[in-house]
Amino acid sequence: MGGFFSDTFLTALLFGAVTAAIPLLLAGLGEQMSEKAGVLNIGIEGMMITGAYIGFVGAYYSGSFWIGFIAGAAGGMAVATLMALLCVRFGLNQIVIGIALTLGLEGLTALLHHFQFSRSYPRLPAAEVTPIPLLSDIPVLGPALFRHHLIVYLAVAMVGVMIWVYKRTQFGLNLQAAGDKPAALDVAGIDVIRTRTVAVLFTGGMAGIGGAYLANVGAGLFIPFITNGAGFLGIVLAMLARGRPVWVLVGALIFGGCLSMTTAAQVAGIRIPTDVIQMLPFLAVMAMLVLFGRRAGLPAALGIPYERGAR
Amino acid sequence: MTEQTQAGPAIVSLEGVTKRFPGIVANDRVDLEIRAGEVHVLLGENGAGKSTLISMLSGLQQPDDGRILIDGVEMPIRSPSHALSLGIGTVFQHNMLVPTLTVAENLALGGRWWQRPRIAELKARVAEIARPLGIEINLGARVSELSLGEQQQVEIVRALLRDSRLLILDEATSMLTPKGIAELGALMRRLVERGLAVVFITHKLGEAADFGDRVSVLKLGRKVGEITSERLRMLERAALVDEIVAMMFGRQAGADVISIPPRAANDDALLEVRELCVAETSDAPGLDRISFAIGHGEILGIAGIDGNGQKQLAEALAGQRPADSGNVLLAGKALDGLDVGGRRRQGLRYLTDDRLGEGTVGTFPVSINYFLKQIGEPPLWRSGMERTREIDARASELTRRYDVRTPGISTPVGRLSGGNIQKVLIARELADGARAVIFNKPTYGLDLANTLATRQRVRDIAGQGLAVLLISTDLEELLSMCHRIAVISQGRLVGIVSNGDGAGERVGRLMIGLAA
Repeated sequence: MGGFFSDTFLTALLFGAVTAAIPLLLAGLGEQMSEKAGVLNIGIEGMMITGAYIGFVGAYYSGSFWIGFIAGAAGGMAVATLMALLCVRFGLNQIVIGIALTLGLEGLTALLHHFQFSRSYPRLPAAEVTPIPLLSDIPVLGPALFRHHLIVYLAVAMVGVMIWVYKRTQFGLNLQAAGDKPAALDVAGIDVIRTRTVAVLFTGGMAGIGGAYLANVGAGLFIPFITNGAGFLGIVLAMLARGRPVWVLVGALIFGGCLSMTTAAQVAGIRIPTDVIQMLPFLAVMAMLVLFGRRAGLPAALGIPYERGAR
Repeated sequence: MTEQTQAGPAIVSLEGVTKRFPGIVANDRVDLEIRAGEVHVLLGENGAGKSTLISMLSGLQQPDDGRILIDGVEMPIRSPSHALSLGIGTVFQHNMLVPTLTVAENLALGGRWWQRPRIAELKARVAEIARPLGIEINLGARVSELSLGEQQQVEIVRALLRDSRLLILDEATSMLTPKGIAELGALMRRLVERGLAVVFITHKLGEAADFGDRVSVLKLGRKVGEITSERLRMLERAALVDEIVAMMFGRQAGADVISIPPRAANDDALLEVRELCVAETSDAPGLDRISFAIGHGEILGIAGIDGNGQKQLAEALAGQRPADSGNVLLAGKALDGLDVGGRRRQGLRYLTDDRLGEGTVGTFPVSINYFLKQIGEPPLWRSGMERTREIDARASELTRRYDVRTPGISTPVGRLSGGNIQKVLIARELADGARAVIFNKPTYGLDLANTLATRQRVRDIAGQGLAVLLISTDLEELLSMCHRIAVISQGRLVGIVSNGDGAGERVGRLMIGLAA
């Protein structure tokens, strides 16, 4: 038994915050690229649950977490391909298609899980941890922040990669143009449809890895509806962060912290009704929207399909 | 006039190019030759097919029939990037820069995706291209901070950065100040002197005469005439303008027929304004003791440079803007306490210059737009229910009477041309008991045919004995139809001039701040 500030509690809270933040970070970074390019990717929740399921299947049968992540990314991208085809190529309504994909895939993965695993409920072994030398020996922070699966460090490193892409590459410029003024990109000789398709596929891949992480590393098993709105939180993060990847990381850690409160409080034996604690992420969303939402200018062409020559 | 330039070989030729859209033929067997070293003007009214022609040259659309030849070889232009690689650069009417990026980043758009944007290299090349042309470009500035003229220069430089041999300028002067237009003219001249071809699209005849080496006239999708460079050099400007007008309208008619409607010697004021004052706001000038009276059948013009309180005056009269002091009287009855609807019922009508923004609801059908100001009132609405049959019958009648060219009365008004939207507005405002009408820039943005028709409509209204207040920034327009012209400057009426010999000069002197 300890208080709020015991070492056990803090370690558990921070460890859980990172574990919960990683899927949000991956989804948020992925969604951010779609939004930058002018596609409001509501289907990300469906991409995530697909990534979770395929990722679990991959890891379970191969016995390798890495194959699980690759399979998850492939699953997310497969859904993203459908989304890109319907919403970017054919210009259908992004919100309607996104919701349809999400609901459809939640149902499909639940169904597949029912036939495949519902009798055995197989679990994966605990993910192998890569402690970072020296840093992982720091009291409290060490075990909380620097004893994670390698994918966690890679996900955080992606923040840097995204900053580089947006700030330093031609592709970053193209993405922003595709979201703010697609016609300008088109007449500059760059295919808007292709640029947006790449962005949506990237979102699918990131969301798929996030889903696989959620199932394989976070839970160790797949259960239906396991993503439980993580993809939607990713959309919120991307919207609040606008074009800045660092803010996705900050937001993901705040949300992750709220999510891990539930478990951490139990570990520490603190008696607050769990219902109250489970409300925290949503209170945090609302608080962040009030604080930062007004400044979040979104791309001018967000959600509008591009059609060449349309006036 | 144009200097002597040696025309080179044809860079791009169009042969029998045809493009159809549902319901219309946008381009009908158009032949065109674009030569190096020439400013080729494409002149035509709204809807003549200029923009469609440009979108085919820039690869946005494909012709249904006919051929496009580049350097004498048949070459379909498949996409915008293909057009660029063929050396065809286009500056579109609505600018094609990303407002959130800097100038340099905009210029770098279009590079291969794996490359880094080469900003440093760009700087040197931009300087090399822009300096001889007298253009100064701040590469670090965000595009949204630039004026429209500066944005256009950035686009021209961008086209040249891509080694364009042909530069297409689509309605490039429509958003520029007179000074900006003159600068653009000089810039085009320098470009053709360096061996480029320029295609300059405009619906303004004067610009065609001033800037062109060769003029092609489009009308309803067809090319109806071409004036070659040899002929263009021979002709005097006035003769040239006459010839182009004849091509465009098939008759020898000047644009500004002076015809002032006759009126009975009845000087009772119908609309009278006394000492009207409106406070200044942060973005608009106020009104300072405006007084005038308009008699039955009289047209009073308000001349002045745009933004000197014209819109405030119109809105204060119509009741859309509260007045601080002063009186507005219609046939001796004070309107001061009345709101917009009350003034309308008394017979004071206002036709806004913002036809689509403030005047109509673009997505509503034509029929409902006729009755926007009567929604909910009998006889067209009863107990809150729309009486569709009654509305449609009246709408059809108005459409016929005011010659509104619309596919049907259920067509959204936003799909009509500017001239026809104006007719819908006129039909609405003049129906049922109009006594005094305020027109704010009634011909702004209309093509010549609709401009003339609208002017005649205004004359007819005065001819029926109504009082007309005509606000316009086009002095020729005021001189061609008003009985008297008042000049507004910084919210004050600085003088009223009776139309007649020498009126133009006196109004002009007042406008620039001299005594008449």
